[in-house]
Amino acid sequence: MADSLPTEFDVVIIGTGLPESILAAACSRSGQRVLHLDSRSYYGGNWASFSFSGLLSWLKEYQQNSDIAEESTASWQGPIHETEEAITLLKKDETIQHIEVFCYASQDMDDSIEETDALQKNPSSIISSTTTKPLDSACLSEETHSLYATGHELPAKDTPKSDGEISLEVTDVEDTLAKEKYCGDKTCIHTVLDGDKDENKPIEEDNTDQPKRNKITYSQIVKESRRFNIDLVSKLLYSQGLLIDLLIKSNVSRYAEFKNVTRILAFREGKVEQVPCSRADVFNSKELTMVEKRILMKFLTFCLDYEQHPDQYQAFVQCSFSEYLQTKKLTPNLQHFVLHSIAMTESSCSTIDGLKATKNFLRCLGRFGNTPFLFPLYGQGEIPQCFCRMCAVFGGIYCLRHKVQCLVVDKESGRCKAIIDHLGQRINAKYFIVEDSYLSEETCSNVQYKQISRAVLITDQSILKADSDQQISILVVPPLESGTCAVRVTELCSSTMTCMKDTYLVHLTCSSSKTAREDLESVVKKLFTPFTETEIDKEELTKPRLLWALYFNMRDSSGISRSSYNGLPSNVYVCSGPDCGLGNEHAVKQAETLFQEIFPSEEFCPPPPNPEDIIFDGDDKQLEASGTNNIIMAKLDSSEGSKNLESPGKHLQN
Amino acid sequence: MHGRLKVKTSEEQAEAKRREREQKLKLYQSATQTVFQKRQAGELDESVLELTSQILGANPDFATLWNCRREVLQQLEAQKSPEELAALVKTELGFLESCLRVNPKSYGTWHHRCWLLGRLPEPNWARELELCARFLEVDERNFHCWDYRRFVAAQAAVPPAEELAFTDSLITRNFSNYSSWHYRSCLLPQLHPQPDSGPQGRLPEDVLLKELELVQNAFFTDPNDQSAWFYHRWLLGRADPQDALRCLHVSRDEACLTVSFSRPVLVGSGTETLLLIVDKSPLAVEWRTPDGRTRPSHVWLCDLPAASLNDQLPQHTFRVIWTAGEAQKECVLLKGRQEGWCRDSATDEQLFRCELSVEKSTVLQSELESCKELQELEPENKWCLLTIILLMRALDPLLYEKETLQYFQTLKAVDPMRAAYLDDLRSRFLLENSVLKMEYAEVRVLHLGHKDLTVLCHLEQLLLVTHLDLSHNRLRALPPALAALRCLEVLQANDNAIESLDGVTSLPRLQELSLCNNRLWQPTLLQPLASCPRLALLHLQGNPLCQAVGTSEHLAELLPSVNSILT
Repeated sequence: MADSLPTEFDVVIIGTGLPESILAAACSRSGQRVLHLDSRSYYGGNWASFSFSGLLSWLKEYQQNSDIAEESTASWQGPIHETEEAITLLKKDETIQHIEVFCYASQDMDDSIEETDALQKNPSSIISSTTTKPLDSACLSEETHSLYATGHELPAKDTPKSDGEISLEVTDVEDTLAKEKYCGDKTCIHTVLDGDKDENKPIEEDNTDQPKRNKITYSQIVKESRRFNIDLVSKLLYSQGLLIDLLIKSNVSRYAEFKNVTRILAFREGKVEQVPCSRADVFNSKELTMVEKRILMKFLTFCLDYEQHPDQYQAFVQCSFSEYLQTKKLTPNLQHFVLHSIAMTESSCSTIDGLKATKNFLRCLGRFGNTPFLFPLYGQGEIPQCFCRMCAVFGGIYCLRHKVQCLVVDKESGRCKAIIDHLGQRINAKYFIVEDSYLSEETCSNVQYKQISRAVLITDQSILKADSDQQISILVVPPLESGTCAVRVTELCSSTMTCMKDTYLVHLTCSSSKTAREDLESVVKKLFTPFTETEIDKEELTKPRLLWALYFNMRDSSGISRSSYNGLPSNVYVCSGPDCGLGNEHAVKQAETLFQEIFPSEEFCPPPPNPEDIIFDGDDKQLEASGTNNIIMAKLDSSEGSKNLESPGKHLQN
Repeated sequence: MHGRLKVKTSEEQAEAKRREREQKLKLYQSATQTVFQKRQAGELDESVLELTSQILGANPDFATLWNCRREVLQQLEAQKSPEELAALVKTELGFLESCLRVNPKSYGTWHHRCWLLGRLPEPNWARELELCARFLEVDERNFHCWDYRRFVAAQAAVPPAEELAFTDSLITRNFSNYSSWHYRSCLLPQLHPQPDSGPQGRLPEDVLLKELELVQNAFFTDPNDQSAWFYHRWLLGRADPQDALRCLHVSRDEACLTVSFSRPVLVGSGTETLLLIVDKSPLAVEWRTPDGRTRPSHVWLCDLPAASLNDQLPQHTFRVIWTAGEAQKECVLLKGRQEGWCRDSATDEQLFRCELSVEKSTVLQSELESCKELQELEPENKWCLLTIILLMRALDPLLYEKETLQYFQTLKAVDPMRAAYLDDLRSRFLLENSVLKMEYAEVRVLHLGHKDLTVLCHLEQLLLVTHLDLSHNRLRALPPALAALRCLEVLQANDNAIESLDGVTSLPRLQELSLCNNRLWQPTLLQPLASCPRLALLHLQGNPLCQAVGTSEHLAELLPSVNSILT
C-alpha cells in the first residue's frame, strides 16, 4: 500500500483530529493535493470514539506504548540530503495519563466465557501501570458504608457466615481488577452488609414497589461492545456555533446525523433538576412559581439583546456575573440556573462575559430544538471523519497506521521540504500541518501544557428520571469546594448510538488540578452509587448505579502560541488537540486561521458545486473523470449511513 | 488548476434556470387549457384526473381544478367496480397528501380531502388522525389542519379526552397556539357536562382551576402572547344567559305594552313568537321595535286595543309568553293607574356579567391577585391591565369602581392605539354601575353627567326612567336604542358633541329636551324630534345651527308642536 504512495504533495497533514481534518477538507476542496496521515489505526486522534472493546484496546495500547524503544535513526537517514537536516517527530503518544479503570458490574462468568476471557486481561494490565494509592480507591465503598450506617438498621449478627460468602465475590473482582485487592478490607465490610440483607429479607425485596432494575453484567457490556461509541473528548455542538455553520456551509453535514440534547440540568442542594431555559420549558416547569417564571423570562429576554440596554448592566461591569445576578431580583435557584446551567460560567466571570455567554446560549436555542446543543449520533468521533471524507471526495489520500519519522528541513531556506515515513520513504510537499502530540520533546521543551480531567462512566439509569428514558442531558456541577473547577457532565442515552440498551454513557470533564480521579471522583460519588449485587437502601436506589468507570487525564494543547515551539520551519503549522471547552469553536477557528495563513486568497470550505453545474470538458478527460467520480461518490455517500470508518481512504488507495 | 472542478458561472446557472421555468410554464398552460376543453366537452374521464394532478401538484390552490376532479370522481363512482374505486380513492388520498406537502395551508386541498373522506363507505379515520398529527408536528399552528382534525375527530367519534391530551401535547411544545386553546374550549365542556340546571358551556370548579393554572403559566411566561389571554377570557366568561323577559310595562295613555328581553331577539318570525294574553285570553297584536326597524332588539312593543284598557274594570292582567325561551312575565294595570309594570329586581350579575362568570369569587379573587402580581412585574402589559379590570368588574363593579377607572387610565396610556375602544368600554362599565345604583335606590331618575361617556349602552335597562341627565360627556350621538326609553319625560344632554339625534324618536312622553352646546349644525338634524308628540320645550343654545340665518323659522316649520324652542 505505502509503496505506491505518491511522493509529491501540496500539503501533508499529520494527525486526524478535528482541526487537522477540517484543514484537510479545506485544502483538498480548494484543489490542493493532500496527504493525510495518522500513526494510529483509527481516525480522530484524541477526538476519536471507540466501541467498548475498542476503548479497552486503546487503553492497552497506551500501556504498550511506553515499551516502544526508540528506533535507530539509521533506517531513515538515507533520503536526507547534505543540505538538509531532520526534525524528529515523537513516536509515542504522551497525551494520556493517569488511566484508572473500575468495574462494578457483576462479572458473571457463566455466559460468553470466551469474550470475557479475552478482555479480562485488558483492564488488569492497565491497572498495573497506574500509580494510584490504594486508599483512595476505597473511598467509594467507604462512603456507601457510612450511608448504610445512618440510613438503614444495621444487622450486626451473622457476619462470619456472610464473610465466607463474600470472599467468593471479592476474589471474583480480584481476578479482573488487581486494584480491588488493596481495598479488600473495606469492600468486605460493605459487601458483608449487602449479603446479610440479601439473605435475611429476600421476600421483602421482591415485594418492594421499586421498579425492578435491569441488571447489566460486565459480560453483557462486552458482548454488546459494538453498541458503544465512547468519546475521548466530550463535546457538544452549539446549534449556532462555528462547527455547525461550517458543516452546513461545506455540506459536510450530510455525512453525519445529529440528535438534539434534550435537557439542561442543574445540581443544586444535592439534587439534580431540570433547568427551564426555553420558553416552552419555562411554561411547562412545575418547579418555578409564576413570579419566578416571569422574572426568568424577563431576564433571558433582556440577555438576548443586552447590548441594546446598557443602562441595565453598565453599573455592574466591574462586578462578577454572580454579583450582578443578585441585583436582578432573581431568586437563588434562578441565579444558579443562569450562572451554571445557561451561561455555564464560573462564579468569578465578569458581568459582560456572563451576559455574552447567556446570549450565546439563548441564540442557539430553538434552531434545532428546545436546547442549544446537538450531539452527533455515533459519537463526537464522527465529526473529524466527516471532514476526512470530504477531503477524500476531493482527492485527498489517507493513510492510517502510518508513522512519520521526521520532517526534512532545507538548511539554507529554513523551510520544510519533505517528511520521511516509517518505511523510509521521502514525501515532498509545500506545507506541513502537524498535530501537537506528534512533536518531539525537544520541540516542545518550552511548552506548558494544561490538562483535562476526564471520566467515562457506564451507568444503569439516568441521573434524572423522566417520562422518556431516551434523554441527552448536560449538567454543570459547580465547584464543590473553592479552588476546584466546575465539572461538566454529559449523559448520553442509547438512542445516541453510543451505548447499549438500558445503559447510559456519562462523560465528566473539567480542567485538571490533580489526576482525573482526584478531580472528578467527588462529583461521581454525589451523582452515582457503585453497582452492587443486592438491593440497597431506598435512598441510594434513587441514584443511578455505576457499572463501569474510567478516569484519565488528557493533555490540553490548545492556546499554545506558535512561538513556544522550538525551531519549527515557517511552513510547518501546528494544530492542537482537544480543548476543555464544551463547543468546538477552538478547533474550527484554528483550522480556519491556519488555512487563511497558508492560502490567503482561497475560500475556506465553500459549498461543493451541484453535480449538474459541473462542466465536462473533452480536453481534460482524465482530470474531469476523476472529478466526476468524486461527485458521484459524494452523492452516494450522503445516502448511506454515516458510520463508515475507513471508506474514504480505502476508496482512493485501492 | 490541478484537481479543480470547472463549475458553471452564475450567469449560466441563471440562464439554465430561466429556460427551465419557461418550459414549466408552457406545460402548465397547455395542461390547463386541455382540462378546460375537456370539461366543456363533458369528457370527465381519468385523463382529466391525470392532467389536473399535474397542475395541482405544482399549484394546489387552483380551486376550479379541484371542482373538476370532484366531477370526474363522482362520474367514475357510478362506472367503476368497488375494487377499481378503492384503488382510485387510494391514489387520490396519496395525491392529496403530496399536494399538502407542497402547500400545507391550501384551502382547496383540505376541503377536497374532507369531501372525499365524507363519501367513502369505510373511511380510515385512524390514518387521517395520524396525518393531522404529522402535519401539526411540522407546524403546530396550521389552522387548516386543526380544522380538518376537528372534522376527523368528530366523524371518528374520538373521545374528547384523547383530543384534549393531544392539545395538551401541542401546548406543551408551544403555547402560542390559538387553535389548540380554542379546541380545549370546545372539548372541556364536552368532557365535563354541567347538570341540566347549571349554565351550559361552563366548567366545574376543579377543572376550571386547573385550566386557569395552565393559562397563567402561559401569560407569566410570555405576557405578550395573546392566545393565552383570549383563552383566559373564555375561562372566566360564561355561556349566553338564558332568554328571559326583564321587564313588562303597560301604559294606559299610550295604549301600549313594552317588553324588554335579556338579549336582542327577533320577534314575529317563525316559531320564535311572543304571545300576549290579556285577562286570560290571547290577543293578537303587531309587535314592533321602538325605532321601527325590524331586526333583533332588546325591546319590543305593541299597541293595545281600547277594550283591553277599559278603566271600568278593577284591573287588567297582561301576560307575555316568549315561546322560544320558555320565558313569561305578567303585570297588572290597576283601575285609575296610568301605567303598570313588572320587573325583575335586577342584580348586577343578571344584568351585566355577560362575559364574566358566576364562579365562586375566591377563584376570581385569586386570579385578580396573580394578575396584580404580574402587573407589578409588567406594568405596561395591556392584556394584564385589561384582565384586571374585567376581574374587578366580575367581583364587585361598585366596590372597585374607582380602582377600575385608574386602571383604565394606565391602560389608555400604554395602549393609545385602542384609546377609543377603551373609552367606550369604560363608558359601558360606568353606565352599568349607574344603572345598578339606580336599581338599588329604586328611583326613575338617572344622572349620568360629568362621566366622560363616549357611548350609551344598556339603554334597554332604562325602560322606566323618566328623567335622564347626560350632560357634560363626550357623546356624539343619541343612538337609536334611546327610543326604548318609553317613559322618558325630561332629557338633558347639554355640553356634549352630539350631531345626531336618531334615538330621540317616538318618545311618547318626552316633554323637555336640552341640547345646549352640542354640534348640531343644521335644523334637519332635529327631524326625529317631530315624532315626539308631547315635546314642548327644546333648548338648543350654543349649537352651530344657532348662528345660521332663519334657523328659528326653519325649526318652527319642522317642529310645529313644540311650544318653545330656545336658540
